[in-house]
Amino acid sequence: MTDWIDIAELNDVPRRGARVVKTAHGCVAVFRTAEDEVFALDNACPHKKGPLSEGIVHGKAVTCPLHNWAISLETGSVMGVDEGQVSTYPARVQDGRILLDGTFLRARAVA
Amino acid sequence: MKKLVIIGAGMASGRALERLIDADPEAYDVTLFNAEPRGNYNRIMLSPVLSGEKSYAEIVTHDDDWYAQNNVTCRFGEPVTGIDRDRKVVIGTKGEVPYDKLLIATGSAPFIIPVPGHDKPGVIAYRDLDDTNAMINAADAPGKSAVVIGGGLLGLEAAAGLALRGMSVTVIHLMGHLLERQLDPAAGYLLQKDLEKRGIKVHCQGATKAILGEDRAEAVLLEDGTVYDADLVVMAVGIRPETRAATDAGLDVGRGISVDAQMVTSDPDILAVGECVEFDGQLFGLVAPLYDQAKVVAATLLDQPAAFTPKELSTKLKVTGCDLFSAGDFADGEGREDIVFRDPSRGVYKRLVIEDDQLKGAVFYGDTSDSNWFFGLIRDGEDISDMRETLIFGPAYQGGSPVDPLSAVAALPRDAEICGCNGVCKGQIEDAIAGGATDLGAVRAITKASGSCGTCTGLVEQVLSVTLGDDFKMPAAQSICGCTDMTHEDVRRMIKSQELKSMPAVWQECGWKTSCGCHICRPALNYYLLADWPLDYKDDPQSRFINERKHANIQKDGTFSVVPRMWGGMTNPAELRAIADAAEKYNVPTVHVTGGQRIDLLGVKGEDLPAIWADLNKAGLVSGHAYSKGLRTVKTCVGTDHCRFGTQDSTGLGIKLEKKLWGSWTPHKVKLAVSGCPRNCAEATCKDIGVVCVDSGYQIGVGGAAGMDVKETERLADAATEEDAIELATAFMQLYRENGKYLDRPYKWIAKVGLDWVKERVVDDLESRKALVERFELSQSIYRTDPWAEHVKERAESYQPLANLTLEAAE
Ligand code: SRM
Ligand SMILES: Cc1cc2nc3c(=O)[nH]c(=O)nc-3n(C[C@H](O)[C@H](O)[C@H](O)COP(=O)(O)OP(=O)(O)OC[C@H]3O[C@@H](n4cnc5c(N)ncnc54)[C@H](O)[C@@H]3O)c2cc1C
Ligand code: SF4
Ligand code: FES
Repeated sequence: MTDWIDIAELNDVPRRGARVVKTAHGCVAVFRTAEDEVFALDNACPHKKGPLSEGIVHGKAVTCPLHNWAISLETGSVMGVDEGQVSTYPARVQDGRILLDGTFLRARAVA
Repeated sequence: MKKLVIIGAGMASGRALERLIDADPEAYDVTLFNAEPRGNYNRIMLSPVLSGEKSYAEIVTHDDDWYAQNNVTCRFGEPVTGIDRDRKVVIGTKGEVPYDKLLIATGSAPFIIPVPGHDKPGVIAYRDLDDTNAMINAADAPGKSAVVIGGGLLGLEAAAGLALRGMSVTVIHLMGHLLERQLDPAAGYLLQKDLEKRGIKVHCQGATKAILGEDRAEAVLLEDGTVYDADLVVMAVGIRPETRAATDAGLDVGRGISVDAQMVTSDPDILAVGECVEFDGQLFGLVAPLYDQAKVVAATLLDQPAAFTPKELSTKLKVTGCDLFSAGDFADGEGREDIVFRDPSRGVYKRLVIEDDQLKGAVFYGDTSDSNWFFGLIRDGEDISDMRETLIFGPAYQGGSPVDPLSAVAALPRDAEICGCNGVCKGQIEDAIAGGATDLGAVRAITKASGSCGTCTGLVEQVLSVTLGDDFKMPAAQSICGCTDMTHEDVRRMIKSQELKSMPAVWQECGWKTSCGCHICRPALNYYLLADWPLDYKDDPQSRFINERKHANIQKDGTFSVVPRMWGGMTNPAELRAIADAAEKYNVPTVHVTGGQRIDLLGVKGEDLPAIWADLNKAGLVSGHAYSKGLRTVKTCVGTDHCRFGTQDSTGLGIKLEKKLWGSWTPHKVKLAVSGCPRNCAEATCKDIGVVCVDSGYQIGVGGAAGMDVKETERLADAATEEDAIELATAFMQLYRENGKYLDRPYKWIAKVGLDWVKERVVDDLESRKALVERFELSQSIYRTDPWAEHVKERAESYQPLANLTLEAAE
C-alpha cells in the first residue's frame, strides 16, 4: 500500500535543482527537472558518497559535485563508463505539492 | 415531455444540445439559462474578433432562429442563483423553473490575482464578448498602452490582438519562458522573438506586486521594482471551474464538479459538462475533450450507453505568424531519445521525444505543417522504428536534408560581425572568397579577419566552408561539448555579434543538438552571457557548479568551507573575534590560515551557512569568493607603513584594487598581489595580475601562475600613479572577461592572443582603456555586492532541508 506523505510545495525546489529531506537514516535528495518532474534518490553518490543534491541537473540526470559522475534520476544507476547504483524512492507531484511514499522511506530505514 | 434545464449556454452545452436534438427532438422540453445576455458563440474565435480579423456576427454558433426552431426556451442575461434539489427547481434571478434532468455547463471563471488595485476600473479578464469589447474600446484612442499579465495562450492572444489594434503592449510572465506548459525553453525563445518583432515587450520572471493609479489603472508595479504604464490591464493568469451553483446545492465538488464517465454528478438527475467538471482528477480547458463530453451527455440523457475517456491533446496558438505546436509528453530523460532539429536561418525548431519505438511528445516552432501527422503518431502510439532516422523531416521526407552543423553560420546575415578586433563582417569575407581567397591565410591577408586575437578563426573557417562547400577542408576544432559543434570562441562571437541574451537564444541560433544543454556547456554559457550582457541577462544559479551556487567550497564529506574577505590581507581584533565566535558557535572543526592571506573555516554544515554568514556580516565581513571563477584574494605586504625597504603603500593599493574588483565574475579565478619592493614578499610575480612597487611607481605584470603550471608574470606596463595602476589592472581584467575562454586562466588566454594584442587595447589605446574600465564598472553595478548578505536576506530558507522526517520515522 502506498502511503503518500506531503513533503512541500513543488516551487520550494528550484527547476533543475534539488533539496534534501532528512530521515532517521540519512538524507533523501528530491530533484525537480526543467519539465517539473520530481525524483527522490539517496543523497549519496555510489563513488564516494558525494551529496547528489548539490550537483548540476540536466535532462533527467544529475552530475555529482565531487567528481562528476552522472547519475540517472529515473533509475539511480550511474551513466557512462562508471558503474554503481543509488536507491530511488517513489515520488510524485499532485496539485503543486511534492509527495513521497512513506512506506518506502520506512522500509529503507529497516533495510 | 420531460423537462431539461441547462445552466450556461456555452460551447459545451451548445454541442450537447445539437447532439440531443439531432438524436431525438421530442425527448425534452429544454430551458437554457445564460449569465451572458446572448446565446452560444464560438468563444475560441474571440481572439480574431479582438484583432479585427472577424466580427462578432461571424462567430455566433446558435442564433435566435436556431433556438426558436428547436423550441429551446432561452433565459439569456439571467444568471442562476440556486438549485433546490428537494423540489427539483432551478432558481434564476427572474423566477424558478422545474426540472426532471438538470445539466450544469457553467464553464470557468477567470482567476484574478488579488494584488492591491486589482479591482480598479481598467483591469479586466479575457473570457467573453464583453471583455473583448472592453479591450477594443480601450485601444480606440491612439498612444495607449496595455499590460497583459500572464504569458499563456490567452494572454498572448490578447497581447497580439491589442498590438494589432495599435496599443503598445507589455506581457508580464511569472515563469522563465512563455507558454511554459506547452513549450520547452527553446521554442519559448523563438516565440518571444517573434512577439518582440511585432513590438510586444515580454518580461519573464516578473511577479506583479500592485496595480497603480488614482481612480483607474494607470500602471503595473512588479516585485523587482519595474513599473509599466498601463491604460488597460488584462489578467490572463488562469481559469478555475465555475462551481458555485453546484457547491451551494451540495453536490460533490473537488476542483471542479465531480462527474463519472457518463457525466453524471453525485445526484443522479444532475449532469455536468464542460470546463466546470472534474473527471478522474483532471480538469479540461480546451474544446476537443468538451465535445467528446457533450456526445456522452446527450447519450446519457437519452438513456443510451456511452462513456467519456480523455484523449491526448495538442496545442496551437492563434496568433497569425507565430506557428507553434506541442503535444504529448516532451520531458527528456534516460530511455528517451531526443531528436532535435534547428534551422537558425528560418527560425525553425523541432523536437521529438521517442521512447520504446514510439513517439511520446513533440514541440515545433516555425514550421508546423506536419503537426497533424506527428500528433497522429503520438495519439495512436504507432511503432516508428522503421522511420526513426528520418522521422524528424516529416511524412514527406524521403530526401530531407540532414542537420547541417554549419547551419548557424550559414544563417548569419552579411552584416554580422565575425572579427571583433578588426570589425570585419561576414559579407566582406564572402566577397574576399568570391575574389579568389580560398584559405584562411588569404582571407586574413585581404580582410584582416582573425589576424589579431585570433579567437574568431573558427568562424572565419566556417564561413569559408559554407561558401566553398567541399572545396574547403575544415580543420577539426574542439567543440564545447557534445551539445554543439561550435568552439567556445565561435559561440562567444555569436553571443556578441548576434546579441544573444539568453541560453535558449544561444541554443537556437548556434544550432545546439540537445534541447537544453548539459553540465559542461551550461556553466560556460552562463558566464559568457552575464559577462557580455550584465544588464539584460539574469544569472542562472542552476547552471553553476555547487560552490558558486552556494557561495562556499564543497568538501569531500559534503560540508562547506567559509572564507571571509580580508581586504589586502588586513584584519583586526574585532574581525578575528567575530571569526573565533563563529567558529565556536557553529562547531567548526578546522580553522586554517590560507595561502591567500586570510582565514578558512572548514567543515561548516550546509544548513548553517546562512546563519554563520549573518554573524560574520554583522562584524562587517563579506564573502571572500574563495569558491568562484572570479576575483579571489589580493595579497599585499606591509609596504611603506612598516617596512624599511617599502617604496609605495602596497597595502593601501592592494585594498583599493580588491574593493574595485571584488564580486566580478571571470572566465577562471583571478588572483592579485601587490609587493612594496622588488624583494616581492607578496609573491606578486606569480599572480594573474601582480604589482611590484618601485621608487618611480608601479610595475604591472600579468599572466603569472603558481598552480599546476608555474609562470612568471610578463610586464604589461609601468604606471606612475596609483590611479593609473588601478585603471590598467581594471582594463586588463575586463579585456580578459570579454575575451577569455571559460576555464582559461589569464596566462593561457594571453598565450593565445599574444601580450602585444593585450597591450594595444589596455595600455596604448587610451580610448579603449577607458571604454574597458567603463564596461567593467557597468557590470560591477550589478555584481559588486556581497552574495552572502543577499542569500541571508532572500534565500536562507533554500539552505534548509525540504522536510525533516526523522521524528516521524522514529515513532
Ligand atoms: C584554501 C586554500 C588552501 C589553504 O588552506 O591555504 C586552497 C584550497 C583549494 N584550492 Fe587552491 N587554495 C588556496 C590557495 C592556492 C594557491 C596559493 C595562492 O593563492 O597564493 C594556489 C597557487 C596559485 C595559483 O592559483 O596560481 C592554488 C592553486 C589551486 C589550483 C590550481 C590552479 C591552476 O590554475 O593551476 C586549484 C584547481 C583549480 O582552481 O582548478 C585549486 C583549487 C582549490 C580548491 C578550491 C579545490 C576545490 O576545487 O575544491 C581547494 C578548496 C579547499 C576548500 O575546501 O576550501 N587551487 N590554491 C587556499 C585559499 C586561498 C584563499 O585565501 O582564497
Ligand atoms: C479568448 C479565448 C480563446 C480560446 N481559444 C481556444 C482555442 O484555441 N482552442 C480551444 O480548444 N479552446 C480555446 N478556448 C477555451 C474554450 O473557449 C473553452 O474551453 C470553452 O468555451 C468551454 O466551454 P464551456 O461550455 O465549458 O464554458 P463556456 O463556453 O465558458 O460557457 C459557460 C457559460 O455559462 C455561463 N454561466 C456561468 N455561470 C452561470 C450561472 N450561474 N447561470 C447562468 N449562466 C452561467 C457563462 O456566462 C458562459 O456563457 C479559448 C477561450 C477563450 C476565452
Ligand atoms: S593543494 Fe589545494 S586542491 Fe590540492 S589538496 Fe591542498 S587544498 Fe586541495
Ligand atoms: S563522490 Fe560522486 S563522483 Fe565522486
